[in-house]
Amino acid sequence: MTRLELDFAITRGDFELSVAAAIELAGTTAVFGPSGSGKTTLLRVVAGLDRPKRGRIVCGDVVWHDTPAHVPAYERRVGYVFQDGRLFAHMTVEGNLRFALRHARASGPITMRDAVAALDLDRLLERRPASLSGGEEQRVAIARALLTNPRLLVMDEPLSSLDTPRRREIAAYIERVPETFGVPILYVTHDIDEVIRLADRILLLSRGTVAAFGGVKEILERSDLWPLTGRLEAGSILEAVVVAHASGMTELSLDGQKLRMPQTTARAGEAVRLRVHARDVAIATQRPVRLSIRNAITARVDRIEVDETVYVELVLGIGTQSLRSRITREALEELELVRGQTVYALIKSVVLDEPLA
Amino acid sequence: MGQFDLGPLWLSAQLASVTVVLLLIIATPLAWWLAFTRARSRAVIEAVVALPLVLPPTVLGFYLLVLMGPASTIGGFWVALTDTTLTFSFAGLVVASVIYSFPFAVQPLQTAFESVGKAPLEAAATLGASPLQTFWRVASPLALRGYVSAIVLTFAHTLGEFGVVLMVGGNIPGSTRVVSIAIFEHVETIRYDQAHLLSAVLLIFSFCVLLVVYTLNRRVPVARVLG
Repeated sequence: MTRLELDFAITRGDFELSVAAAIELAGTTAVFGPSGSGKTTLLRVVAGLDRPKRGRIVCGDVVWHDTPAHVPAYERRVGYVFQDGRLFAHMTVEGNLRFALRHARASGPITMRDAVAALDLDRLLERRPASLSGGEEQRVAIARALLTNPRLLVMDEPLSSLDTPRRREIAAYIERVPETFGVPILYVTHDIDEVIRLADRILLLSRGTVAAFGGVKEILERSDLWPLTGRLEAGSILEAVVVAHASGMTELSLDGQKLRMPQTTARAGEAVRLRVHARDVAIATQRPVRLSIRNAITARVDRIEVDETVYVELVLGIGTQSLRSRITREALEELELVRGQTVYALIKSVVLDEPLA
Repeated sequence: MGQFDLGPLWLSAQLASVTVVLLLIIATPLAWWLAFTRARSRAVIEAVVALPLVLPPTVLGFYLLVLMGPASTIGGFWVALTDTTLTFSFAGLVVASVIYSFPFAVQPLQTAFESVGKAPLEAAATLGASPLQTFWRVASPLALRGYVSAIVLTFAHTLGEFGVVLMVGGNIPGSTRVVSIAIFEHVETIRYDQAHLLSAVLLIFSFCVLLVVYTLNRRVPVARVLG
């Protein structure tokens, strides 16, 4: 695991990005935040394309920047996947890939064959970038960046220029990169669905500073960050394991409790991340019978959040995980719910983390 | 009908070739700087580069004559160095042509580098290519149309110059008597057959050059260069 230490400030016109954070690079870290929060600038500074006005950037044991000392982009070994691909128009796909191999600053385990196979580029090698679709272009761009055997891959909204089916397809390729190639990713996006699908951790930016850094679940569940992460969309993130598929349904195990949902493509034994909107969780104080909702999970009321609206939010504990439920204040009073009480959480709908549609 | 003297044509071709080579070497870094700099001095430099487009060749020729004459610093230095004068010599013509055709090399290259833009250069840097490697393997091939324009236009423009040559070089056969001067002299001495031949060669050549430029190079605005 490589540690990336960021402590710098950079000015762009009226905007100042000032970052102080240390990130353990492993898997995928989403750089998330509203537009104008400095996400792309952060990536460009990490890659060495923009130079901070002051500060220090260290990756592992290499000092990349310590004003005025500066390691230029071409010596940093940071693979960059741009929003728009940026393939070289005067070369074929293969020429683009060979360019990366030829100029790579370090030899490493990633070979032409690996990259071509992992991103299914066999049939594209002779083509010119101008003849590629957006999705194909991004696949080539990812392979090209990987072929330099980078210490770190940074991606700047690589899906934003694609249509929905294409997004899903490219996301599947990106998802496999850290594991297949052992290259950590810094992934800029403003789409929370992409974060949930692809990221292990979030670096949350707001108005040019780091608002939070931590695991996806932990960050999305922090109510103080909802203005930045989006309250409704946060809901709850649950981790479950796929048990089996049967008659069009997938059975999952949620800390030992059974959860069923329409069939998914996840393999049996695979750990998946589920997203449940608070408004899709109803509460019963007795085990319900003859009910259309199939998922009734035993839970404990950990916290009751009351605000000035007619709604309240319950934070329910399920084993070590928590689930939010949004019910009316009236229902809360009628059911006489109190902290520590055991209830049944009726989950009306579950979204598996394939929500890029 | 006397003997046709093709010497001036040959001399013009030599002059144009040398000018093109020198201009590419000088204009490339300047065009690169103009394309990517954000310095305020850019406008000043652009104006200076464009001066030969608007100055009467005789004005340019006059200043060059003064600057390169043996009495001046530059001209005196050249005499000390080579024992010949810079004015009324082939070397002097080369200097004058380089200056006279300067915008015809800088502007197409600058436009081409601007249209290449920073994006592919940054991509190349993140792939590990040094700035020089990026220039040779990414920027130059992408700016190829600009190079074709610059080469063809400077060659043709040098071939056609008259006023500057007359001021700086005079009319010395084999040394400064280029094709445009020869035509002028043929007309003066009423040798229209000679003038016809040389003029026709230049006319056909110029047309072919422009045809090549406009065919290959529809996207780089040649009109900007031709005024």
